[in-house]
Amino acid sequence: MALLQISEPGRSTKPHERRLAAGIDLGTTNSLVATVRSGLADTLPDPQANHLLPSVVKYCANMEPLVGAEAKQQAAQDPLNTIISVKRFMGRAIEDIKHLGLHLPYRFIKTDSSMMRIRTAAGDKSPVEISADILRVLRKRAEETLGGELSGVVITVPAYFDDAQRQATKDAGKLAGLNVLRLLNEPTAAAIAYGLDKGAEGIIAVYDLGGGTFDISVLRLNKGVFEVMATGGDTALGGDDFDRAIAQWIMQQAKINDDADHSLIRQLLQVACAAKEALSLRATVELFVDLPESKKWHGSLTREQMNQLLEPFIQKTLITCRRVLRDSQVEPKQIQSVVMVGGSTRMLRVREKVGEFFAATPMVDIDPDKVVAIGAAIQADVLVGNKPDDEMLLLDVIPLSLGLETMGGLVEKIIPRNTTIPVARAQEFTTFKDGQTAMSIHVVQGERELVSDSRSLARFSLQGIPPMVAGAARISVMFQVDADGLLSVAAKEQTTGVESRIQVKPSYGLTDIEIEHMLRDSMAHAADDVSVRTLREQQVDADRVIEAVKAAVLVDGNLLSAAERQQIAVALDHLSAVRNGNDHRVIKIAIEQLDTVTREFASRRMDRSVKQALSGHNVNEFQ
Amino acid sequence: MLKDLPQNYFELFSQPVSFHIDAELLAQRYRELQRVAHPDRFANASDRDRRLAVQKASLINEAYQILRSPLLRGRYLLQLEGVKFNDEHVTTQDTEFLMDQMELRETMAKIKQEAEPLVNLKNVLSDITSESELLYTALDNTLDKKQWNEAKLILNKLQFFERLKQECDDIESQLLDEV
Repeated sequence: MALLQISEPGRSTKPHERRLAAGIDLGTTNSLVATVRSGLADTLPDPQANHLLPSVVKYCANMEPLVGAEAKQQAAQDPLNTIISVKRFMGRAIEDIKHLGLHLPYRFIKTDSSMMRIRTAAGDKSPVEISADILRVLRKRAEETLGGELSGVVITVPAYFDDAQRQATKDAGKLAGLNVLRLLNEPTAAAIAYGLDKGAEGIIAVYDLGGGTFDISVLRLNKGVFEVMATGGDTALGGDDFDRAIAQWIMQQAKINDDADHSLIRQLLQVACAAKEALSLRATVELFVDLPESKKWHGSLTREQMNQLLEPFIQKTLITCRRVLRDSQVEPKQIQSVVMVGGSTRMLRVREKVGEFFAATPMVDIDPDKVVAIGAAIQADVLVGNKPDDEMLLLDVIPLSLGLETMGGLVEKIIPRNTTIPVARAQEFTTFKDGQTAMSIHVVQGERELVSDSRSLARFSLQGIPPMVAGAARISVMFQVDADGLLSVAAKEQTTGVESRIQVKPSYGLTDIEIEHMLRDSMAHAADDVSVRTLREQQVDADRVIEAVKAAVLVDGNLLSAAERQQIAVALDHLSAVRNGNDHRVIKIAIEQLDTVTREFASRRMDRSVKQALSGHNVNEFQ
Repeated sequence: MLKDLPQNYFELFSQPVSFHIDAELLAQRYRELQRVAHPDRFANASDRDRRLAVQKASLINEAYQILRSPLLRGRYLLQLEGVKFNDEHVTTQDTEFLMDQMELRETMAKIKQEAEPLVNLKNVLSDITSESELLYTALDNTLDKKQWNEAKLILNKLQFFERLKQECDDIESQLLDEV
């Protein structure tokens, strides 16, 4: 069999050469970076030995932003310029975040695109840019610790993140100069970290309650394959809500008005958070609040009282758990174990309730704050190519249904939730007027029947339909969701074969041009020479492509006709010749040419290996 | 562009073209195929190759969805035999079946107002389940005898039942969420 084994394109031909990879947990409250060293995955600390980087960014005029613990400490003094829990704003418009809770102390700015911005001392910042500032700090930490540039990273997202939130996260990674190999769902990452891949079989649940998001996933494990059966959650439910409920209780007790100023609110939230943490160890906690005009308030909160305040939130998570079990067609008793993830699962009440619901003792062996980053690091190490023989495979699902707006503002579902990704579905449309040459398409995400209750993902119009009588045109719209859970759309008129280029305008995302601008700005800021950098990148790319194609031809050349072989040889020679030049655009074009002439070849090679996956199997069976 | 992969889903999974299927074996084959085709196997490859992998892995996922579900598998078998389905105009001339369906729907519509809605819902669901099990046996028989048109009629009825099951599920989760 070894002779027929296909070496995958792009994989390093030098097996001893380890590439640097990292897993990043971009959390609501804290962020972490982890990597695999000497076979062990662990999170990386900063020079002060702190593993957790508070997801707090403070902007000052004419200065680099301050990220982490220091920014967090100064939050109460400068609430307007200190952005906390930015993850809650990812992929959201201003209208969406208004309901997120009381007193967000920020100056939100409406812009031309529907992505909102926050006015700070360092200018207007989008959530993507703010997240990128957090990622840059983690990148620096990893590169300084590992002594080299990262080849690729895996960034985790809540399983219940929708397309816009995922896209925003990936954009933040790009903006921070990271090669994002994959967006990995947080519960799936936790399952990997628990080493559940090593021989464990059966069905498990992952309960992930973080600072601002809640996820529950049910997975089936089988010989290194992690198959997500169903997932659910709430991207606006977490420890922050606990803090706010406690803060509100303090406001009632201390008779503080709802219109209290930002720094008092910030102080109340900090007192509430500290009380919540303390009550996991003690039965009662004393509270002290500094009021305006040098007044003070003093009170106490018992664990029992707190549990009552938090009961509705915990109940909400259990309702979601039940729905996900139904979706996965699993009874609670079939769940072998429940993995607990996220800082909020430190709370005793949460553990009790979850244990009760699943009738199983929750697994808390790995630090619930670190478990997601560790899982992401293991996956990054595999994806970057350091473990070519690893059997690990993740089969994840789309968390929310994808649909189209139809007549009367109704949603027609194209891909239902919990469908395994990647997935492609085509839907056929026709024209309803004679001579109609354009058609407008509105893509939405969510479970509701009305468009107005769903999240709008993209609106685009399909131009250039050949004029025909009504109902004669057959327009096939193809929805493709990739392994990151990101959607792309393509359309084709079937009767004439006219392929209409459609531009999907993301309702909440950044366009590629916007990202390019931002990247250029940030690089200019770092006094980097953009063109030198681009040229170097193109040359590295060219070398990689040349190496991959040569290796492929050597192994699978028999899949090519003489003419095809010749065509590829010409394109290879051309790329090799221009590679040493200094015009990055010429190199890029040559890479694209080689890509085009090897496309069919690449497809055949993949098909051969897919067919071979089972044919080898049959031979063994019939022997 | 996918022309080199078997276009018949049964062939893709190295299974005989038949309504009878070994679910365990199918799941195993599925994992073996995805181990080779999944885009994660191409994380370091070019954009072009990654896109190709996404397409191939999608095809395998689609095939698996269809083969593992008896309803979709039955339809797929008939489509391979050239039987056409027109979902927008699914009708049946079987008046007895229609009466039963209407009765079931009426029961379901009233269920939420009843004293023990969850118990009643369970009863309705078990009725639907046993009725559809009978139909699946009949489907199996007609497919074995290559009686395509009879099989199609049964599949249309099964589709009614599957939709009812889905509605029962929805009502149940609404009721549970209200508790």
